[in-house]
Amino acid sequence: MNGLEILETGPLSLIQDLGRIGHLRSGVGVSGAADRRSLGLGNRLVGNDESAAGIEVLLGGLSLRSRHSSTIAFTGAPAQAYRDGIPVGHASVISLRPGQTVHLDYAPSGLRTYLTVRGGIVVPSVLGSRSTDTMSGIGPAPLEPGVVLPIGPSPIAFSPVDLAPVPPMTNETLDLRVVFGPRADRFTNPETLVQGRWEVSSDSDRIGARLGRVGTDELLRRTDDTELPTEGVALGSIQVPPSGQPVVFLADHPITGGYPVVGVVADADIDRLGQARPGQHIRFVAA
Amino acid sequence: MTRILPAGERAFLVDLDSEADVLAFTEALTRNTPVGVEDFLPAARTVLVTCTPAADLTYVRKCLNDLEQTNSAATTDEHSETDALTIAVRYDGPDLDDVTQSLGMSRSEVVAAHTGAMWRCAFIGFAPGFAYLTSNDTRLHVPRRTQSRTSVPAGSVALAAGYSAVYPRASPGGWQIIGSTDTVMWDLNATPPATVQPGGRVRFVNEEQR
Repeated sequence: MNGLEILETGPLSLIQDLGRIGHLRSGVGVSGAADRRSLGLGNRLVGNDESAAGIEVLLGGLSLRSRHSSTIAFTGAPAQAYRDGIPVGHASVISLRPGQTVHLDYAPSGLRTYLTVRGGIVVPSVLGSRSTDTMSGIGPAPLEPGVVLPIGPSPIAFSPVDLAPVPPMTNETLDLRVVFGPRADRFTNPETLVQGRWEVSSDSDRIGARLGRVGTDELLRRTDDTELPTEGVALGSIQVPPSGQPVVFLADHPITGGYPVVGVVADADIDRLGQARPGQHIRFVAA
Repeated sequence: MTRILPAGERAFLVDLDSEADVLAFTEALTRNTPVGVEDFLPAARTVLVTCTPAADLTYVRKCLNDLEQTNSAATTDEHSETDALTIAVRYDGPDLDDVTQSLGMSRSEVVAAHTGAMWRCAFIGFAPGFAYLTSNDTRLHVPRRTQSRTSVPAGSVALAAGYSAVYPRASPGGWQIIGSTDTVMWDLNATPPATVQPGGRVRFVNEEQR
C-alpha cells in the first residue's frame, strides 16, 4: 500500500485537521489541531486546502518512510528534521522519493510540530473530521509504529513557495490577549488575571493548559464557591475552580462546565498557547 | 432579562431566565440561524453560540438580540407529547434496591414515578450523547453512588443529582443504575449521532408491561 509508514512516534503523534464542526448538540467538541495556524501554513506549503489532515507531533521524535513520491512540510515547533540523515529546513517544502525516510528531532522551543503532506492524510473521517479527540476518544487512534497512512490525490494547486518565513518560537514569557467574561462578575477582582505572571503546569494537555502562579502573585478569588448551572464553554475559556488555579480550555476541552469563566483567550493567541511548554510563563493582556 | 455575554472573539453566551426560555430561544435560533453562526449549545440557563472565523460579530450579536426580543412573547411549547422518544426499560439495575431504600419508596413506586414523568434533555455533558434528563417530578432525587464504577455498560438507565440518563456508551460512572434498555443512544454513523439532543423529550416505559 502506498502512503507514509510510521517508524517511530515520539511521546504522542496524532492525526489532526481543523476539527469536527457542528456536533455540539450531540455532545461532541470540535477538537482539531492545537495550533491551527501552523497546520494551515503547512497545508498551504504543500498546496493543500488548509483543512487537510496532517500529523501533530508532541515534542518531536517522529520517524516515517514514504512508500511513494511525496511532498511534505514541517511547521509549528521548530524541531530539526532530517531526510535520510541530512538536515532539511523548517517550514519548507520537502520532496521524498519512494523509500526515503524523514526523522524529526526534539523541539528546542514550542511543543507541537505539524507534518503536512501533499494530498493530505485520508484515513476514514468520523463526523466530518479526521481529528483524534483525546477526551472523547472519537477519531483515529494515536499513531503507532507500523501504521501506514493513506495519502489523498494531489490537489490542483502547486506549492506557492519553497519556504515560509515564520517568526521564531520563544521559551520566554508569552503575552496572550484575553477578552473578559462571560463570568468575570463572579470574581472579587477579575483584574488579577492580567496582573503578574502565570506558569504552564506539567499536567497540561490537549484538553487544557493548567496554570499556576509565579512567585507570590495573587490567585483569582471567586465571590462564592457555588457552581453555576452547567453551561457551554468556548475554546480558549479560562475556567477557575475553587482552588483559584485556572485551566485554559484547548482543542479537546469539555464542551460544558460548571466553574465560572473569567475570560477567553483571543482566537489567534489560542494557537500560541497550544505551543506553550510546561514551565513556560504567561502574561495575560486585556484585549 | 436576557444578557448576551461575550465569550471571547468567536462566541457569545446568551444568558436566559428559565429552561423554557432556553428552549424557545433554541427553537428560534434553529429556524433563523444568523449568517456567521458556526454552532450552538443550549444548557440549563444559557445558549452558547459559536461563530465562524470570518463572522461579523456585531451583526451576529444584533441578530441574537432580535431573536430573543421577538421570541420572548411566544413562549408556547410547540413540542407535543407525541414528539417524545419512547425508551423501553428493564427495571433490574444493581442500584434499584439502594434507590428504593434511600427514597423510602417501593420498587413499583420508583418505576411508576420514572415511567410517569415526561423527561426533557436539559443539556449534554460528561460524554458524547450523555443527555441529562430533567422532569417536574422531584421525588426521584438521589445522590451519586459513594464509589463510582470503573465500567458502566451502554444502555444503563440511571439516576443522580435530580437527573436521569441513559449511558450512551460503556464508560466509568457514578450514577445509580436502576435499569437497562436496548435503545441505541449513540451512533457515529447517524445524523445527528446522539439520539437525544438538548430540548428533546423522553418517556420511559416498563418493558415488562409492553
